[in-house]
Amino acid sequence: MDVMQLQYLRKNNMGLSIVSYCKIKNNTVCTNGKETYNCDSAIDFTSFLTTVYKEINLDYPKFFKMDNLSKSGILAAELTIRNSENFEKHAKENVAIILSNRSSSIDTDRNYIKTIIDKTQYFPSPSLFVYTLPNIVIGEIAIKHKITGENAFFVSEMFDFQLISSYVSIVLNNNNTSTIICGWVNVDENHNETFVFCVEKTNFNQERNGLNMPFNIDNINQIINKTK
Amino acid sequence: MIVYLGANNIVSPLGISTVENIAALLQGKVAVKKQSFPFSESVWCCSKIEGNYLNDHFSKITSHEKYTHLEKMCIISINDVAQQSGVDLSLPENLLIISTTKGNIDILEGANKNIDLNRAYLSVFAKTIADHFGCINTPLVVSNACISGLLAIIIAKRLIQNNDYKNIIVCGGDIVSEFTLSGFKSFNALSDEPSKPFDKNRVGINLGEASSSLLLSKNRVSNIKITGGSSANDANHISGPSRNGDGLYKAITDTLNESSLNTVDMISAHGTATEYNDEMESIAFTRANLNLVPVNSLKGYYGHTLGAAGVLESVILTQSLSTETIIKSTGFEITGTSRELNLIQKTEHKTMNNCLKTASGFSGCNAAAIFEKE
Repeated sequence: MDVMQLQYLRKNNMGLSIVSYCKIKNNTVCTNGKETYNCDSAIDFTSFLTTVYKEINLDYPKFFKMDNLSKSGILAAELTIRNSENFEKHAKENVAIILSNRSSSIDTDRNYIKTIIDKTQYFPSPSLFVYTLPNIVIGEIAIKHKITGENAFFVSEMFDFQLISSYVSIVLNNNNTSTIICGWVNVDENHNETFVFCVEKTNFNQERNGLNMPFNIDNINQIINKTK
Repeated sequence: MIVYLGANNIVSPLGISTVENIAALLQGKVAVKKQSFPFSESVWCCSKIEGNYLNDHFSKITSHEKYTHLEKMCIISINDVAQQSGVDLSLPENLLIISTTKGNIDILEGANKNIDLNRAYLSVFAKTIADHFGCINTPLVVSNACISGLLAIIIAKRLIQNNDYKNIIVCGGDIVSEFTLSGFKSFNALSDEPSKPFDKNRVGINLGEASSSLLLSKNRVSNIKITGGSSANDANHISGPSRNGDGLYKAITDTLNESSLNTVDMISAHGTATEYNDEMESIAFTRANLNLVPVNSLKGYYGHTLGAAGVLESVILTQSLSTETIIKSTGFEITGTSRELNLIQKTEHKTMNNCLKTASGFSGCNAAAIFEKE
């Protein structure tokens, strides 16, 4: 391919592929477009996340000390990584994590405020306070999978495809990053929605196994809207 | 493509412009002091911008009733950069990036009863500021713990290099609140005295509030450029840094490689004055063969300004680079890390061509950037 052609592909993100994804919403888990788990919608969100943890046999006791934002991200990242054909071939220092959401850590912020607002029941705890930052979910995923590459956490009203696609393309093309765990992890009262996907440079010269969706707005919208 | 660093501003207790802040630092003034708060019987050593002082300056820009303390700080700061540079944020070629950890957290605590609760959401907070400047592009919000400000600068550099925007103003801001004070206190990380980064007798962090803004441009708006920047994760612990400085070492070496440099003339460190952070940095700098490079931490002057820190400290570092004046690392007397660093003990002239800014934060994140003179 010549330089012009490569630049065109890059600008339009035609050289990037979603190789696996996971969506958690309305007490349903979908992986690569298939419903993998569904649960009675009467169950509360924390209990739902615990049942998913058990269902997918995730043996990781640290899960139980996390807030719901980190739990959501850990589960979605786990299923995304398990369902990516190539993930284990990437050096962990070349894996980036770029996540975003609307509500930052507001769910845990509210819980933390409850521990300081009443001076007669004042018990601020470091283990709760540390989760009052949205990017802690990135740290949890990084620790679980020993990922040491680039990090970024963005906050936006909705998933900002224009920004994220541009930034993902820059990071994949300009440094050593070979794959990115990307997506949206939001926890806020009744607005709990997570979708995480793995993006890689498309290898035009090689047939590959597994999912290979062009990383474009139509496919992102499909991931966001398709499942219940 | 070369990305230049242009107009800049700092809003802190030491002044509402970079010039005022630098003048105060050269006189050895510090922003942190012991003060009391209505919510606590304890006295806290931190840096807080007095409301009346802020309102006096804000009223010169617009009516101040509908904005929060942090929004006023950020608007004053961005307004100064927009006026100095003539960059019009209402044009599609220009972008505003906001870096913050907690935004308007005081709204969630129940302060500001006449302000819409939705402003506790960072995107709504950012849009409130952006609307003041008539921004056509939705402001981008970076919330990545204590590396937010430096990461926002690195992201701005990359977006300009990708031809997405011509000019980006990065504004970092955070306030001192009961929320953050009680949280860091619960970690036993707060010092009751002015903090002493890298010193043997250090006792912990001071929190500080500030806003700071910096213009990045594809136009040659100054002779200072950003030639490298990267981030990395320790993958070790969410509330403590790697003992080997792995993530910071990786961020530094990746950045040196991007800038095609082996060493630098000065480092502005993160230097929070906690034992774990300072020790980790001393190891990472030594591993990168930078232990003899003059280094300072500005936390002794301003405290830890969280989402503002990376921008504020980069602004002061670029001033050091352009005026060739290295600023004393206040609070430091005796080496308090296992690896000895070359802490700057006197504000003085030094010939400089380039410098390194680093930051590290909760979740094991680290960032590094290199600024060079043309």
